[in-house]
Amino acid sequence: MNTFTAPEIDYVAISPILIVGIAALLSVLAETFLPRFLRRQIQLMLTFFSLIGAFIVLVINHDLRTITVGGAVAIDGPGVVLMGTILLLSLLSAFLMAERSLDSLGDAFAPSASALPGSADEREFSARGYFQTEVWTLFLFAVFGMLVFVVANDLLFMFVALEVMSLPLYLMVGMARRRRLLSQEASLKYFVLGAFSSAFFIFGAGLVYGFAGSISLPVIHDSLASTTSETLLIVIGMAMLLVGLFFKVGAVPFHQWTPDVYQGAPTPITAFMGATVKVAAFGAMMRLLYVAFSGIQWDWEVILWTVAILSMLVGSLIALTQSDVKRMLAYSAVAQSGFILVGVVAASPAGIAAVMFYLIAYGVVTVGTLAVISMVRDSSGEATHLSKWAGLGKKSPVLGAVMVIFMLSLAGIPLTSGFVIKFGVFAAAIAEGDAWLVIAAVIASIIAAFFYVRVIVVMFFSAPNEKTASVAIPSILTTITVAATATATLVLGIIPQPMLDLLSNAGIFIR
Amino acid sequence: MDPVYYIYLATILFSIGAVGVLVRRNAIIVFMSVELMLNAANLVFVAFARMNGNLDGQTVAFFVMVVAAAEVVVGLAIIVQVFRTRQSASIDEPNLLKY
Repeated sequence: MNTFTAPEIDYVAISPILIVGIAALLSVLAETFLPRFLRRQIQLMLTFFSLIGAFIVLVINHDLRTITVGGAVAIDGPGVVLMGTILLLSLLSAFLMAERSLDSLGDAFAPSASALPGSADEREFSARGYFQTEVWTLFLFAVFGMLVFVVANDLLFMFVALEVMSLPLYLMVGMARRRRLLSQEASLKYFVLGAFSSAFFIFGAGLVYGFAGSISLPVIHDSLASTTSETLLIVIGMAMLLVGLFFKVGAVPFHQWTPDVYQGAPTPITAFMGATVKVAAFGAMMRLLYVAFSGIQWDWEVILWTVAILSMLVGSLIALTQSDVKRMLAYSAVAQSGFILVGVVAASPAGIAAVMFYLIAYGVVTVGTLAVISMVRDSSGEATHLSKWAGLGKKSPVLGAVMVIFMLSLAGIPLTSGFVIKFGVFAAAIAEGDAWLVIAAVIASIIAAFFYVRVIVVMFFSAPNEKTASVAIPSILTTITVAATATATLVLGIIPQPMLDLLSNAGIFIR
Repeated sequence: MDPVYYIYLATILFSIGAVGVLVRRNAIIVFMSVELMLNAANLVFVAFARMNGNLDGQTVAFFVMVVAAAEVVVGLAIIVQVFRTRQSASIDEPNLLKY
């Protein structure tokens, strides 16, 4: 019999992942053994210390480049950048989740997610001032899954990370304090479609394994380079892997869950999910395509072209007809996925840097926009219908100005980060000869500008009426998030060069 | 027997599962169909492990089982909660979110 040799594990290189993972496990213990009055403080401490600690460790070791854990984890430049992005965006969303002063009843989460909506139990939990703290445990596990997802170098690691990321999100989506029926419905839809798409992912992984005889991405690349036969098996397998990833980023035709989940989920969770899942899934998609499947680029380029054009056009056109701000943002997220795919198609170092910049800037804007939405309220909770935003900019000029920055950035207007990132992905695509794709993208972004500008028009050019919502006074937590995201959006738009240098120094995915 | 027949069988099982998810209306049946798809993937991995002559595929099958179990925990929690709220396990009935 062979003797078992343990894989080499570079603990320093994977320490950011380990910190968040250990914090998640401690959080389970805290939830189990601590008395109720202590839990919130301990959970907050665990969350913030682990996210900040992991980020500091990541920055200290930012130039480590290694393939470790027996070849299953690749710590490379893009991996480090994407992990840092996920940690920072999670931190910003965690501020929103911890906010308690916007809603008169407390935070955004149901006091007990298992109590029936409208039941006596629910009223009693609410009256006793109970707070849900399980959400922090789920949050840490989701962040842990995302961190692994962007550095996973074999299909099994990728699949397990995908599930560790998704399963907590399905639950978190269903935990809203108000409008619980909508929230539960969103959770059910997200779960059913999410499980459906992960089944496609793992079946595709099986077919690729059958072709290559290995689940390791570099080995798949080598076996593609050495054979010319059986390509149908690997093309179908690769397409099914992509289905799973397209679902996660909400690209057409796998976008049906996006509007429902964005609208039904508690707003801080929408912010967290909308920003970080895109980063994680696009990171994994690039690693999969560039590391494992660069030999059949011709095949996946066609798929990406189609999905990109469909996402941009369908997302932009349907967003035009929306009257709910969160739902409009969801279709905008579908369209933005298409724009990011334009950068993914340009499989070049410039394209990788452009996509990473897009993910960072778009994630920041998403968190910021949803932070603003969480402050606009009326007596029944958040007022997300656009008619309730009439004249809001006149009523509250500061909030209005911040929202203008975010909307202009999403529309891609110069002097905001949105222009720089769109320019980046379009330039990278043109350099690789995808001019027609860029023309479609420009048309889609002109359509998209309409509905972003409409929000500004409604806020500033219509008179406030009795239906207009009011702006709740946030605590320091939401203020930090809004200030940080608005500043970052302007700074990245006016002086993008430092970030561009940092990203182009990050290099490419290692094999 | 040629192990390639197991791949055909797995493909058939996967298709049955996928069609089940798309056409059935009871959340539990939909969920069972998803499990069928995951197990079809397991069969692919095990059959290819035999054909390729290495153990990677068998290892993956164990992990997929664990993930499927975790999915059952989360999925049934969500389905039971929706059932208690609405007294129905139909996935067509929750339709407050649309357009």
